[in-house]
Amino acid sequence: MKMKRFVAMALSCVLAAGLLAGCGDKKEGNQGSADGAVTIKIGGIGPLTGDLAQYGTATNWGAKVAVEEINALNGPIKLDFRFEDDTGSVDTAVSAYNSLKDWAKNSPLVIYGCTTTDPCVAVSSETYADRYFQLTPSASSPDVTTGKNNVFQMCFTDPGQGVAAAEYVKNTGIAAKVGVIYNNGSAYSTGMAEAFIAKAKELGLEVVATQTYPSDDTTDYNVQVNACKDAGAELVFLPIYYTPASLIMTQAKQSGYDPIFFGGDGMDGMLAVEGFDAGSVEGLLLMTPYNVGDPSTRNTTFVDSYKKLSGGIEPNQFAADGYDCMYAIYEACCKLDGIADMDSAALCDALSALFTGGEFKVDGLTGSGMSWLTTGEVSKSPMVVKVQNGSYVDP
Amino acid sequence: MKKLGTQKRTSLNGLINYAIVIGAYVLLRVLMGAGLLSNSLQSVLVPACCYMVMAVSLNLVVGISGELSLGHAGFMSLGAFSGIVAAVALQNLVPFAPLRLAAAMVIGALFGALGGFVVGVPVLRLRGDYLAIVTLAFGQIIQNIIMVLYVGVDAKGIHVTTDSARLVLAEGGTAIVKGPMGAVGAPKLATFTAGAALLLVTLFVAQNLVNSRSGRAILALRDNRIAAESVGIPAGKYKLMAFVTSAALAGAAGALFGLNYSSTVASKFNFNTSILVLVFVVLGGLGNIRGSMVAAALLYVLPELLRGFNIAEYRMLVYAVILILVMLFTNNPTLQGFFGGVRERLFQKAPEGTVKGGGANE
Repeated sequence: MKMKRFVAMALSCVLAAGLLAGCGDKKEGNQGSADGAVTIKIGGIGPLTGDLAQYGTATNWGAKVAVEEINALNGPIKLDFRFEDDTGSVDTAVSAYNSLKDWAKNSPLVIYGCTTTDPCVAVSSETYADRYFQLTPSASSPDVTTGKNNVFQMCFTDPGQGVAAAEYVKNTGIAAKVGVIYNNGSAYSTGMAEAFIAKAKELGLEVVATQTYPSDDTTDYNVQVNACKDAGAELVFLPIYYTPASLIMTQAKQSGYDPIFFGGDGMDGMLAVEGFDAGSVEGLLLMTPYNVGDPSTRNTTFVDSYKKLSGGIEPNQFAADGYDCMYAIYEACCKLDGIADMDSAALCDALSALFTGGEFKVDGLTGSGMSWLTTGEVSKSPMVVKVQNGSYVDP
Repeated sequence: MKKLGTQKRTSLNGLINYAIVIGAYVLLRVLMGAGLLSNSLQSVLVPACCYMVMAVSLNLVVGISGELSLGHAGFMSLGAFSGIVAAVALQNLVPFAPLRLAAAMVIGALFGALGGFVVGVPVLRLRGDYLAIVTLAFGQIIQNIIMVLYVGVDAKGIHVTTDSARLVLAEGGTAIVKGPMGAVGAPKLATFTAGAALLLVTLFVAQNLVNSRSGRAILALRDNRIAAESVGIPAGKYKLMAFVTSAALAGAAGALFGLNYSSTVASKFNFNTSILVLVFVVLGGLGNIRGSMVAAALLYVLPELLRGFNIAEYRMLVYAVILILVMLFTNNPTLQGFFGGVRERLFQKAPEGTVKGGGANE
């Protein structure tokens, strides 16, 4: 019916008019505020709606806590933070990035994100072409940084974690025969599993079982668990998220199989989930860059402010990585000379040079003395913890 | 006489559609040239074109042919990945980017058509909702197949395997599709001009199909299958024609979409995307080509426009509310009557005037 078009058209005209009106009155002096501080715009991208919203929300809130702290310092640099929703999809992420460019206009802009890998790969090739400095809290595939000198990661890469896990198993000698169960529909899981298997073989560990499942919706893992059991795996590596991991561990227990379970940073955050049965993951070893129970003042302050923002939800490593990203950008900006005259491209080059220069180090919640390789990968040591009585302890 | 009038009106309707697309293209180009179009709007032009093509092509199945398809994104996925592989493989052979894009879209369309043929042949012979069920499964199957597929290209040609370890490429070769990581590092060939051109081609194909002898057969089958078959129209053949055409157009749209981003994953083309396109078609009007085109454009751009307001977390909520309102309003008899009356007064004043004038003379 013609009516539909009319109403749709009318509604969008109203919206478009609103948009233009909105644009008009946002005329701010972005650089050099009254107290002489330089304002840098930080444009964050991540999923705030959709299946992956929990991750984007965590990176958003984590960064917000840091921005408030930084702006309260009254230092030489102030951060102006805005976070756009990408719903976890590639096309929306690129539009979100472009709307951030519109927001920044001619002020220096740094891109913070994306939270998830596929959108980040797409956005990073845009920022590479447009020359914006980009730091992602959690997009962990090497594809994010490969061939782009302006993109850096705060988290470990997936293969990097797999390699670190294999080295840990070898060095501690906790097992000689290992099994792997991973989600072959997930880039995160596959990337980590493949690197682990390759490194384990290289180090002389025996990989006796490699089992896959297609999606995290799977509820029955008996086939995979029994394959590991029959092959006699003493340790089962689970480069997956905690929901399937807890099912795998429960089903292993039921079939009388009790190996060491070892997971990556996808396991982090489970203890904060309301109603999560911590008993089902008792004894699990996991690698995580962040421990929410860390008693240092900086961490407890962070946890308190974060909870205020989130309505009581505890921060996870995504939030902590986001927090560290803001401090990394802030501390790097403080080190730059003549930042007041820089546009985004000049800032991008200066920051990239500083990050890869080898001198620049940042202390954060997810590691101290963090530095960056020329590839854009972060260099920090992973921490292995064990789940015991519902909290993390040293293994 | 009456028949001639209808034909004239249909072709006029078609011409108006071309005019809208060309007019919008020229307007947007002028705005871009004058620097009046924000980055955010510029970045949605290509995907908006893709979704418009998707909506028009799905309308061929849902509106014109009267079958429900729930896996339209599956064909887009086929087109996207085959198009990306083609574009990378042809890098040295066809250095001219627009030509390579066109070749990729043609290959995407061929793969889409092939998928449509494979799905359509067994299913379209049946009556009932089988197409909906099978296309739903098809979308999932394609997604799962692409997730385990590793495709690389080197001097020897294209290599396809399901095991990353077995994808061994000669020196200078590139891995194009890497299983769950999807296609990373595809060249960004898509342009707004290509999008507008594809949309024009789509309109041309769809409108000519609908207005042809075959199109009338397809419409007859939709309206009354028994009656149509009784006069000798082969149902399977004509339904398949509409379905394969639609799948081919979706494949071309997929290729354009895939070549607009440097990262494409199979999970992007999931059930939600199929439903999104179906929403465009339903809101635009079943069987109404211009309607689905306009609905797709507006509804795809709307969430981006909503970013302009500082409503951050409520953006998608507002989007959903607007969708519901549009649905309610367009189906509300009172409002329809009201707007119908307004339209009558606005556009049909002259004939009404004559009648009234006639009345005054009495």
